[in-house]
Amino acid sequence: MTTKLFTRLWLLALAMITSTVGFAQDKPEMADLMRSNGKIYVVVAVCLTILIGLFLYVMLVDRKMSKIEKDN
Amino acid sequence: MHKSWWKILSFILLVYTIIAGFLLDVPHLFILNETIRNLYFHVCMWFGMMILFGTSFYYSIKYLRGFDYRNDIFARNFASVGSLFGILGYTTGMIWVSVTWVTDQGQSLGSVLKEPKLIGAAIALLIYGAYFVLRGSFTDIDKRARISAVYNIFAFAMLFPSIWIIPRLVGSLHPGAPGSDSGNPALDRNDMDSSMRMVFYPAVIGWTLLGVWIATLKIRLELFRDKKLIHDN
Repeated sequence: MTTKLFTRLWLLALAMITSTVGFAQDKPEMADLMRSNGKIYVVVAVCLTILIGLFLYVMLVDRKMSKIEKDN
Repeated sequence: MHKSWWKILSFILLVYTIIAGFLLDVPHLFILNETIRNLYFHVCMWFGMMILFGTSFYYSIKYLRGFDYRNDIFARNFASVGSLFGILGYTTGMIWVSVTWVTDQGQSLGSVLKEPKLIGAAIALLIYGAYFVLRGSFTDIDKRARISAVYNIFAFAMLFPSIWIIPRLVGSLHPGAPGSDSGNPALDRNDMDSSMRMVFYPAVIGWTLLGVWIATLKIRLELFRDKKLIHDN
């Protein structure tokens, strides 16, 4: 739940920070359009969620390990 | 949980990697396009692998100096997480190859398969694979620790020639090939865009620390298991 809230806050903050995107025709094709629609943030949010999930998992394993170590 | 500053640092750096890695501006290049951002992920796997293998090498030497069994456990687990990073590097590279070299650069599958760096990395990973096979074939703990420590030193000695030196001598599709204008992006700071370096170095540290974290968990589990083994006897 907090993870979801966290990603949403990130999304909001990032959307506010970035605003201008230039269009140029002679340059190599980049994902400008995707970014102008703000949809790159979806990818960032997805990746962040995965990353946070992974870290939470490693943290839980770490905590469990510490508990076992303490008990013995 | 063992609270350590570097675990938090790893998390912060990786969050930064993803946000800055996706949103900061990158050099606009043909063929590569936005895939240049793979530098923060694919390349970091290899850098992380090298650091983890280096750590494993260090503990193997330490084992041979004092024959402390703990050092053998350290060496084994750093090597295993290093191999995991190497496999991830290979897999991510495969995806990257399929959209840049093969489709956009028009390289045939044959020339990609002949890529010296791919062969070198495969050799290096197989040498480390043999390390685990070797370990598994011993029943005597002391003999296993001693021989695999010696082998690990050999494996590390082969790592840099196979993934760095040979590919750069014979020419490679990877940056840094002789005669190409890519220079030496790994070591020469003029050969990588400064805005990319700002994300790349933190990313390397972040991913490596995550690998170290996972390795320490495996080490603690193994130390605990062995302690129990000793208590039971």
